[in-house]
Amino acid sequence: MKNERNYLLTLMTFLVYFFLLGPLLIIIVVSFGPDRYLAFPPNGFSLKWYSNIFEVSMFMTTFKISITIALLGNFIALLLGLPAAYALSRYNFRFKNTLNAIFISPILIPGIVLGFTLLKFLIISYNIPMFTGLLIGHIILMIPYIVRVISSSLANLDFSIEEAAMSLGANRFKTFFIIVLPNIHSGIIAGVLLSFLESFNTVDVSLFLSGPGISTLPIQMLNYVEYNFDPTIAAMSVLLMVFTVIFMFVIERTLGLTFFTKSR
Amino acid sequence: MNKKYFYLLLLPCFLFLLIFMVIPILVTTLSSFYLDGRITLEGYRSFLTDHYFLNILFRTLRISLLTTTICIILGFPVAYYVSKLNVKLKFIFIAAAVFPLLISPVVRSFSWMAILGREGIFNTLLKKIGIINEPIQFLYTELAIVIGLVHLFLPLMIIALIGVMENIDYDLVKAAQSLGASRFTSFIKIVFPLSVPGLVVGSVLVFVGSLTAYTTPQLLGGSRRVMSTLLYQQSLTLNNWYTASIIATIMIVATFIIIGIMNKIAQKLNPKG
Repeated sequence: MKNERNYLLTLMTFLVYFFLLGPLLIIIVVSFGPDRYLAFPPNGFSLKWYSNIFEVSMFMTTFKISITIALLGNFIALLLGLPAAYALSRYNFRFKNTLNAIFISPILIPGIVLGFTLLKFLIISYNIPMFTGLLIGHIILMIPYIVRVISSSLANLDFSIEEAAMSLGANRFKTFFIIVLPNIHSGIIAGVLLSFLESFNTVDVSLFLSGPGISTLPIQMLNYVEYNFDPTIAAMSVLLMVFTVIFMFVIERTLGLTFFTKSR
Repeated sequence: MNKKYFYLLLLPCFLFLLIFMVIPILVTTLSSFYLDGRITLEGYRSFLTDHYFLNILFRTLRISLLTTTICIILGFPVAYYVSKLNVKLKFIFIAAAVFPLLISPVVRSFSWMAILGREGIFNTLLKKIGIINEPIQFLYTELAIVIGLVHLFLPLMIIALIGVMENIDYDLVKAAQSLGASRFTSFIKIVFPLSVPGLVVGSVLVFVGSLTAYTTPQLLGGSRRVMSTLLYQQSLTLNNWYTASIIATIMIVATFIIIGIMNKIAQKLNPKG
């Protein structure tokens, strides 16, 4: 089926990918420029915007908060999500699909509405500290990634090996930790990495859940961009891209990037 | 097997979402029907008759519809092309679509500020070529928001479509063509219907995402507000929590309506599901 129409399709595909990746390439190039504004092509080479990242103290503070929220939230989301994913894959029961839909629903619930309702409900009505509110919002955001990725990993597990272990005398807990967990560890790693990225990048949920002293890196970057238009954010973006590539590499090794096209 | 206890595995996760997601959203939604001690639709009446608010509601819908349409038009051929590549090339194209998805929306919107700004790359280029003398206002327009949102959500559409197109048996297409169907007919009769599930998932994600995105309209839209930026302004800037609850409710209801409609469309176009 090769003919001139395939050339048109090829051209279009490359143009679309140029549209998707071009802006990110431009960011990488301008981050090395010496000027106070974003010049493309840059009039020289400089690393000063990279060192400037470390001089804006709010970037450092919010970076620590973002990392803390992402790690702590991930841990709690895993404690909540792993047993749930296991029960969903292992047993058949009424309301199974409904429960699954509820666990996945935070992907579709608008983050900004979630943040707004948490602010109203937790922080204003019940005086819960802002940090806790932010953490709860991020855990909600991470649960669907944990449940979905681990479920897809469990779907490939033959549960008869579990029964074999139990018939040989292992109890339920031992069976889970010795048989099930090692078999799905790659799914767990990928789920944790994906939800980490989701938490670390999100703006919408955090927007309403930040206040004096409590803010996340993306919120801080958003505020910075609105008032300063120098390449600091470009330099920061490049660091985040490097970080993302490393994560993607691990996700590919553990889960396979084709997960993105298969699950749903 | 002791099946009694497996509910205990589901309970913590369920309760967490119930307490911190379902209940707060329900409370907020219900509070928007409650004013001065009585149940009323007054809040909605005044919201939906206010020109400023209506304008923003329609702008948001217009932008989301346009973004979704463009994502379908661009995503469909690209996904078709990628799904027919060999394993190695396909992997590269999928990875290249996943990568921007994992990058913060702040970074991605910022890149368009650099491109579309008054002194941005696009205006500089046009001036150098000599097409324009004065910079054109690209940034802080509805067009800028749409470009930013398409950039943000197109990978989702491409990935959702590749997922279903990969599984199409192209022998069917060959069979149809050997029986005399034109390339176009075989595409419309075979490839398109089989792609509908992916198209629906992709469209829901893009439409709902565009309807509720905050970062992109905030950075690229300037004073052109959409529902999400209006929600922020009404609550945190103007302290008008009642109106903010109405906006939040409209966004939630709109999200569910869209998911419902898309599911109906999917069932109609592809009865086998």
